[in-house]
Amino acid sequence: MPQLIGVPRETAAGEKRVATVPEVVEKLIKLGFRVAIEPGAGDPANFSDDAYRAAGAEITPDVWGSADIIFKVRAPSMAEVARIRAGQTLVSFLWPAQNPELMQALAAKKVTVLAMDSVPRISRAQKLDALSSMANIAGYRAVVEAAHHFGRFFTGQITAAGKVPPAKVFIIGAGVAGLAAIGAAAGLGAIVRANDTRPEVADQIKSLGGEFVGVDYQEEGTGTGGYARVMSEGFQKAQRETFARQAKEVDIIITTALIPGKPAPRLITAEMVRSMKPGSVIVDLAAEQGGNCELTEPGQVAVKHGVTIIGYTDLPSRLARQSSTLYATNLLRLTEELCKAKDGAINVNMDDEVIRGTTVIKDGAITWPPPAPKLSAAPPKPAAAKPVPVAKGHGAAGAPASAKATAIVFLVAAALFWFIGANAPAAFIAHFTVFVLACFVGYMVIWNVTPALHTPLMSVTNAISSIIAIGALVQVAPPINDSLARPAMWIIGLAVASIALVAINMFGGFAVTQRMLQMFRK
Amino acid sequence: MSATLSTVAYVGATILFILSLGGLSSPESSRRGNLYGMVGMAIAVLATVFGPNVTTAGLPWILGAMVVGAAIGLYAARFVKMTQMPELVALMHSLVGLAAVLIGYANYIDPAATGHLHGAEKTIHELEIYVGVLIGAVTFSGSLIAFGKLSAKISGKPMLLPARHWINLAGLLAVIWCGGWFIQTHAIDAGMRPLVIMTAIALLFGIHMVMAIGGADMPVVVSMLNSYSGWAAAATGFMLSNDLLIVTGALVGSSGAILSYIMCRAMNRNFISVIAGGFGTEGGKPATAGEQPAGEVTAISATETAELLRNAKNVIIVPGYGMAVAQAQHTVYEITRLLRDKGVHVRFGIHPVAGRMPGHMNVLLAEAKVPYDIVMEMDEINQDFPDTDVAMVIGANDIVNPAAQEDPASPIAGMPVLEVWQAKTSVVMKRSMASGYAGVDNPLFYKDNNRMLFGDAKKMLDEVLVALKS
Repeated sequence: MPQLIGVPRETAAGEKRVATVPEVVEKLIKLGFRVAIEPGAGDPANFSDDAYRAAGAEITPDVWGSADIIFKVRAPSMAEVARIRAGQTLVSFLWPAQNPELMQALAAKKVTVLAMDSVPRISRAQKLDALSSMANIAGYRAVVEAAHHFGRFFTGQITAAGKVPPAKVFIIGAGVAGLAAIGAAAGLGAIVRANDTRPEVADQIKSLGGEFVGVDYQEEGTGTGGYARVMSEGFQKAQRETFARQAKEVDIIITTALIPGKPAPRLITAEMVRSMKPGSVIVDLAAEQGGNCELTEPGQVAVKHGVTIIGYTDLPSRLARQSSTLYATNLLRLTEELCKAKDGAINVNMDDEVIRGTTVIKDGAITWPPPAPKLSAAPPKPAAAKPVPVAKGHGAAGAPASAKATAIVFLVAAALFWFIGANAPAAFIAHFTVFVLACFVGYMVIWNVTPALHTPLMSVTNAISSIIAIGALVQVAPPINDSLARPAMWIIGLAVASIALVAINMFGGFAVTQRMLQMFRK
Repeated sequence: MSATLSTVAYVGATILFILSLGGLSSPESSRRGNLYGMVGMAIAVLATVFGPNVTTAGLPWILGAMVVGAAIGLYAARFVKMTQMPELVALMHSLVGLAAVLIGYANYIDPAATGHLHGAEKTIHELEIYVGVLIGAVTFSGSLIAFGKLSAKISGKPMLLPARHWINLAGLLAVIWCGGWFIQTHAIDAGMRPLVIMTAIALLFGIHMVMAIGGADMPVVVSMLNSYSGWAAAATGFMLSNDLLIVTGALVGSSGAILSYIMCRAMNRNFISVIAGGFGTEGGKPATAGEQPAGEVTAISATETAELLRNAKNVIIVPGYGMAVAQAQHTVYEITRLLRDKGVHVRFGIHPVAGRMPGHMNVLLAEAKVPYDIVMEMDEINQDFPDTDVAMVIGANDIVNPAAQEDPASPIAGMPVLEVWQAKTSVVMKRSMASGYAGVDNPLFYKDNNRMLFGDAKKMLDEVLVALKS
């Protein structure tokens, strides 16, 4: 006998989501289950009873009484807990840490409860991570809400009626919600900046079109499970200064900072709100956990000091159709994990890491919190990232040599110089000075040559080395008295041959360099 | 012209030469840089000819030699093909080397130059002649061989004599011994013998040294010979007590030395091992080191390549020596222009040792009128490959070999390479599956996102162009 999955109507005020959608119903039936929907359960999310019926679901008024498994979005109210039967399995958001009485009440009913907020953060469980799905929607919706309350364009425009500057959006916390908000705001054309205590997300921020605003303080903020952790006092002070600076500049702040199992950190003080431009908007995605902004009123839109502070706690519900679809899919993936045999019966296998983590009550026994997950989603990076040798152009002469090597070079050079100084005649020393200095000048000049011009460089230096012609020129007919016996014809022969050879080089070298350089164009 | 005036003219010429090299820091200023060089050279030559050291009796000789040389030089400069630049440069180096040898000899037999010197001064002067001739001779013969190799008159394969390091060492000792002998002698006739012996050894050494170096190491060799021609000029300057020659020679010498260093670094090899010759032959472990990559190679046709290019947003072209051999740079530019007109973002990624001399690829692309602001260096463009749709490799192999990064046992491990495999698709144009100069198989060819376009680069690119136009 296949088990019956029941989906009741959400009873929480303002909740528009529903735990399954027609599309997913079909797939649940393929897994062997039967599905029962409470009449009107999908109406707020625009899924009609007919659509469910067409997908193969039954429409029954009393799903609590008949179903073996209950799929819900919000944690059950006490009235709903009263309707649960022993042996039933409940799947919903639950927040066991925040709702100890609810946990006790459910345990007393001898049921099995799987909490969608307790899905372990490991790679394999990503497909059933409803928190991420909802956060994604919340991030997107936060930008839409902000745009709705913000009295200007997001994108900069130059119109016939004047220039419109782009809106500046500052996003605190680059988790799933924060990243979704960055993408949405950048998509609308705003200048987006974002901050996070975990430095490894900087690249993700950039990839979505945001700019990473770091806090000038050395501390790693990555906790286990890919979440952030509480930071030290010194860091928090530096962070507040950064935020205060941003608050003065930006038009919109979206805060998404949450630390699991703790009240949301207070990041935006009343002082910062006061410093913002009139008409600015703050969207506080952490309102339900107390808010990142001191002046947030959970569930409300409040205007304080000319700044609109949006503290909605039901952002995913405001995109009910989308969030229901994603949530339903997450539940489907969980069902697949629970029913590997595809025989329409679930098996809460406590040896499976994902199911173990998600299950908070098993047959009336509280199994929360689960043992710590073995793997972190994003393992903390080794402290010293590989020092990538930044060979800029060919820039300076690479990294400085080690002290020892430098010392040896200097010693050898000193010895050589001493030897020359002690033995050579004065005239030679003068030339030697010139020679050494010229080597250094050459060294400095050549490092500036762009690699694209290395071939012209070689041909021009080649042409310049024709200066050796001077050596031949002075040999042809030096001013000497004729009495000196010298093999003049030999010398003239050699010198003239040299001059001819070098002249080839001189004229040819410069000409071919010129020809090459003419070709380089923008 | 008085002695002081000609000295001042020399100072001016020196400054102009330095400005000339400085001008090459960017393509905009480079033409002016070359002009500075010409003016400097003209001033130096005129100041010498009309200076105190040349009497009017010499003028006809000088003029005649200059005219002959200039005619040949200008002719060569005008008609050389850009793909032949490496050969031309090598040949020109040999001329400077030969001139240094001739000047050294002429100076030695000239009593006007040496007669008045005594004691330490005479010894030093003779040493200067000796060193000048030595460097000149090595430059001359080495450059001739390099010219032969670059123009394919001599096989590009390294010629490795048995015990070649011992031969070189013996040659060095013989040169030093001859040097001692040369300084001991007093008469010119007696000194001639060690000088000639040394010249012969130096010539053989130059030949042997360059013969042992393979084709793809040529950028190092060409820039090294460039450096030598500078040192030869500097040595001549010491010999003649001429500061202009010393300064200019030192400029050219250090320029070539730095270029050699840059090239060596681009191959992750040290200078000694390049000059010592061969590749991977040192430890007797050629290509077989490391595991052979295995897998399927996916071939692609020119039409399909055109299709890939047409649908791409970002394209990076990586040219290598194969493009130069096939003279394909003009077709490459045609394709580039066509793609850019269609709004495709096309850029070029140049590896420092691509081709046969430093900057070889840049010159070829410039000749084909590719604007230099889309021609990037390896360091500038390497991080952009992940965002690239198509990376097209034309006649290059070792410089795009992922084994350099992935396989520590590979002979080219650690050599910086262009990371074309990071692109969504890479297309490699090659004549066959033969391995590159380093003799290392290229795992790039077997990657899933790599396609091989077999055939002559020019012919294949022409077909791609036709397909793109249709």
